[in-house]
Amino acid sequence: MLGFGFLYAPIVLLVLYSFNASRLVTVWGGFSPRWYGALFRNEAFGAAALTSLEVAAAAATLSLVLGTFAGFSMARFGRFPGRLVFGFLLLAPLIVPEVILGLSLLLLFVACQSWFGWPSRGMLTIMVAHATFGGCFVSVLVRAQLAGFDRALEEAALDLGARPWTVLARITLPGIRPALLAGWLLAFTLSLDDLVIASFVTGPAATTLPMAVFSSVRLGVSPEVNALATMFLAAVFVLVALAGWLMARQERRRQTTPRIRPI
Amino acid sequence: MTGLGRIGRLMLIGAPFLWLALFFLLPLLIVVKISLAESKIGIPPYTPLLANGSKGLEWRGTLANYVLIATDSLYLRAYLGSIGNAALATALCLVIGYPIAYAIARSPSVRRQLLLFLVIMPFWTSFLIRVYAWIAILEPQGLLNQLLIALGLVTAPLPLLNNQFSVQLGLVYSYLPFMILPLYGSLSRLDQSLVEAAADLGARPLQAFLGVILPLTLPGIAAGSLLVLIPAAGEFVIPDLLGGPGTLMIGKVLWDEFFNNRDWPVAAAVAVVLVAALALPLLAAQRFLEREHAA
Amino acid sequence: MALLEIAGISKRFGATAAVDDVSLSIERGAFYALLGPSGCGKTTLLRMIAGLDAPDGGRIVVDGTDVTRLPPYERPVNMMFQSYALFPHMDVARNIAFGLRQERMDGRRIAARVEEMLALVQMAGYERRRPHQLSGGQRQRVALARALAKLPKLLLLDEPLAALDRRLRAETRLELIGIQQRVGITFLVVTHDQEEALSMASRVAVMNRGRLAQTGTPAEIYERPASRFVADFVGEMNLFEGELTAGFNCLALAARSLGRQVPLPPGTKLPEGGAAALAVRPEKMVLSDVRPAGFAIAAAVSSISYLGGGSMIHFTTERGMLLKAYVPGAASDHLRRGMAVWASWPLEAGVVLTQ
Repeated sequence: MLGFGFLYAPIVLLVLYSFNASRLVTVWGGFSPRWYGALFRNEAFGAAALTSLEVAAAAATLSLVLGTFAGFSMARFGRFPGRLVFGFLLLAPLIVPEVILGLSLLLLFVACQSWFGWPSRGMLTIMVAHATFGGCFVSVLVRAQLAGFDRALEEAALDLGARPWTVLARITLPGIRPALLAGWLLAFTLSLDDLVIASFVTGPAATTLPMAVFSSVRLGVSPEVNALATMFLAAVFVLVALAGWLMARQERRRQTTPRIRPI
Repeated sequence: MTGLGRIGRLMLIGAPFLWLALFFLLPLLIVVKISLAESKIGIPPYTPLLANGSKGLEWRGTLANYVLIATDSLYLRAYLGSIGNAALATALCLVIGYPIAYAIARSPSVRRQLLLFLVIMPFWTSFLIRVYAWIAILEPQGLLNQLLIALGLVTAPLPLLNNQFSVQLGLVYSYLPFMILPLYGSLSRLDQSLVEAAADLGARPLQAFLGVILPLTLPGIAAGSLLVLIPAAGEFVIPDLLGGPGTLMIGKVLWDEFFNNRDWPVAAAVAVVLVAALALPLLAAQRFLEREHAA
Repeated sequence: MALLEIAGISKRFGATAAVDDVSLSIERGAFYALLGPSGCGKTTLLRMIAGLDAPDGGRIVVDGTDVTRLPPYERPVNMMFQSYALFPHMDVARNIAFGLRQERMDGRRIAARVEEMLALVQMAGYERRRPHQLSGGQRQRVALARALAKLPKLLLLDEPLAALDRRLRAETRLELIGIQQRVGITFLVVTHDQEEALSMASRVAVMNRGRLAQTGTPAEIYERPASRFVADFVGEMNLFEGELTAGFNCLALAARSLGRQVPLPPGTKLPEGGAAALAVRPEKMVLSDVRPAGFAIAAAVSSISYLGGGSMIHFTTERGMLLKAYVPGAASDHLRRGMAVWASWPLEAGVVLTQ
């Protein structure tokens, strides 16, 4: 329990202090939403947030496609040439330090630009970088869920005359929907949260939210950032609660559906 | 399912494979290439490896950047500092994380789900913000010092921020979930009757732990340790926000080399050496995680 | 004095009483079987004796020592787990030596004991194998050797044969009896298989819903079941439910499902008017195509199952009650489906049950 206190105390304090009327951490100046007002008037944060959301949505979608392909291949194709290398390529971006991913991708983009004059660095390059490691995360989730998925369902569908691609679309993908949803959301949050890689691969045109937060945080504690963090946490909390509620409802529905009795 | 046809399989494997080759492998090769170049002022800020010289195309590569890294003690200290910090953080995560993972694995089903959720939850909240949250706590005028003074434990604020202590705290705090999850995976698969059999055969709790539980959860320990060690060794945000002038970590050195000194070739060489140092642990990590998948 | 004395042991899991006020005593050297359907509390009782579960009340005394509050590692009792629970990271020899090492026995004696145990279970030469390299039957032997290695005062065996296939089960049953006789250690076996319990044990305790239903020798349990539950659970049985009434010159049972009186064994002394059941084993049933003298029930054969050594005949009375009779040999040469038969039994073969 002490361990969970350690994990959550800083977050709780942060939320508390976002409502502190005083600018100083030392002083509790009473309850006030003033920093939320200040946050909404902060145009730099607003623009950065918009950039981040756009990048994250695109990166998450691309991650979902790549990660589902990869996770499916690893879970279902058994041994194929290059499987070991493939597995390594899927795992490495998850643990290789971010500075290395950032630096190497930047150097690639710079080289591309000098060879082909494209792409100019900005939202597109951030999106590509984020899709790369986001896809790896999605593949882990998809692979894990496929491992627990009853293959007899697929075989039954094949037996009933469905073509392999139909089975994939009508049986397998709906069966792993939770992993797909979780994968997209995870890729989205990771992209929204990334500072290091985005800092490397961005150009002068695009500033993401973590970059804006970072430059203000480097100067010390900022109440506006507290307010921003609280809103971020609230959004995550609402999403998680919603997901929990949806799953509980689905579970209830499954239980109330009359079962077919064995003859 | 094998009925997807050759083209289908090729597409499902090939698209992500190509993507990763293009945006993960190729960039690493380019890093190696640029680490052999010299820095110059211009766009791009490095010299080409092949250039037209007096005798046609000439090789202009140089190992100067590596020589610099090897001779300037700053880099060596930064590498050792990173690995030392990461290793200590890994050990601390293991010591703190093991009891937590054990408690979760032994909880009744409903509570287990809740606790697991609480461990995973930090993944969904901002890393940057969680590290930042410690600043307000550790500052000289921060909450922890205020609390300690109010309790009469200290008279003057302790220097908690911008030193080795705060970096270590930040690393452990941020990477603890990465340790707990694989440990939990290993522990939840551990057959409880093995522990009971050990007790039945006369093993006291500590002996049962050392003789049965620990050896059987080694894969989880290895996976968790590597998942903490490797990224922590290259960490930038934590040493930057929580570290002080004495904090030398290679991730921060690389960042400064790149953004402040604008010396791309040296930054690239620093990265190459780091990747080389981490390659072995990385391969080990894949082995252990693949085995976890198979189980 | 008995080796194991259990007095008033209870254990609740939430709202259900897994073991409810059970008292039991087991003599030294016995091969004792605890028999019952799954969920009857027999495994919980075993785990409490081993010290793996703590009882809510009652006492457990092993060889004169109260062990109720002792942790498992301080009890002179070892257990063979249903899953065998062999340590996968140790080879066979180290598995067997595990308990001895905990006692800090010296290396040479350990090696000698391991060798002795492997010989006992006929697994000599398998010292260096890992559990996953062994077949199910071999694992079972290693588990037995490991649990015996410390020469416990009492060996607990949780469904020792459940994971084996049918053929191996029969062989292993005989081996277990032989090993028990050789080492002279008291065995307490938990099983849901009545055939296993009756064939191996010197004494059997039948459990139902956390309580002891009956204890006795296998023959007593089979021949003289004390309750409807035991009669029904152990072996096949025909049960006639009804009310005790006065017959011609003795007590009889007005059987509801037959709509007629059934004679009780001579000398039955029970008050008239109470509810009771008469139990008759299928092998005591006599079928004939002509009406025998005395009591008989008219019925028609509904199915014949050939079982190898004999045949189980299912037949239906005029009121539609389904009964069974076991006849030696293949019965199909003189019985046909739909054939009218008369069923009767020697009156002393019936057992009157009031519980």
